[in-house]
Amino acid sequence: MCGAPKQGGSLAGIDLDTQTVIQGQVWHDGAPVAGAYVRLLNETDEFTAEVVTSPEGEFRFFAAPGQWKLRGLSPVGKGETTLAAEVGLNETTVSID
Amino acid sequence: MSRNDVLVTADWAQENLGAPGLAFVEVDEDTTAYDGGHLEGAVKLDWKKDLQDPVRRDFVDKEGFEALLSSRGIANDDTVILYGGNNNWFAAYAYWYFKLYGHQNVKLIDGGRKKWELDSRPLSKETVERPATQYQAQDPDLSIRAFRDEVVASIGSKNLIDVRSPDEFSGKILAPAHLPQEQAQKGGHVPTAKNIPWSKAANEDGTFKSDEELAKLYDDEGYDDGKATIAYCRIGERSSHTWFVLHELLGKPDVKNYDGSWVEYGSLVGVPIEK
Repeated sequence: MCGAPKQGGSLAGIDLDTQTVIQGQVWHDGAPVAGAYVRLLNETDEFTAEVVTSPEGEFRFFAAPGQWKLRGLSPVGKGETTLAAEVGLNETTVSID
Repeated sequence: MSRNDVLVTADWAQENLGAPGLAFVEVDEDTTAYDGGHLEGAVKLDWKKDLQDPVRRDFVDKEGFEALLSSRGIANDDTVILYGGNNNWFAAYAYWYFKLYGHQNVKLIDGGRKKWELDSRPLSKETVERPATQYQAQDPDLSIRAFRDEVVASIGSKNLIDVRSPDEFSGKILAPAHLPQEQAQKGGHVPTAKNIPWSKAANEDGTFKSDEELAKLYDDEGYDDGKATIAYCRIGERSSHTWFVLHELLGKPDVKNYDGSWVEYGSLVGVPIEK
């Protein structure tokens, strides 16, 4: 359905030979940010998905190979990062200054 | 119908928590958010367990809706104030249900749970009990619900609005990117559908754009005011968001939500698909 699965945790059951997983954590001031909104934007900056980070600040998307932007939004501020994803596991960090 | 009839601000909601005649309702697929803290006095509706038929692919029937609202303590003359996560997707879906079953006074909190959290507004963990009611629903208003045959018949004649992301529209991905991409249906979109993602109607904090911005958005995308409209997405909740914008905020006539959406259409044998 359309609600996001629990963020973070094991990759068991996820086929990394076919799925393009983009995951990581949101950080601010030396600590992970729980409850941050992370959105995935495509190469033309269009909204593709959004999740809320886990208590450990983790997020995970299932995308496709290509260029992506991640934008974090929380009461403490905003931050963004870009990455070129390939099939398999792609890890990154979104820092909120 | 104007914006003030269908939408309240977070400020208004916070000032009116607990006011008589109001029923605050959080709607989500994943209700762990509600359980971790909700608006004071708000009851929850679980999009999947409460609003969907447990066996068939359809939503609860009239009797089921009546039983659900009665058990949640929602009365026919209550003004229902809906909010939820995912930029109010599921709250908009519930709004559409309430209208479908004839509830008169129902509004969304602009920005939903997201804006509430980003503003660091107070949340409560207290269990909410409202005394049971005898809710009476109307027969479903099918003037706002489209079914598959109507969608196929509308190709090239009605405004078909695909509100998914551009990468779902093109078939590059098959579901919103927070979900695994293994799906049974084919990728692509209904021929002649325009891709006007739901997200273009919302600000980053989840609030709706202004009426002027929304009117311009659909004008610029070639929305034909002379034609009837059907909006769809993957399972019908993002298109409820767009249905709300078109029908409730902009007051466009004859707008239907196709809740079967791509999960149904993309699995039909023999229908045309464009990529």
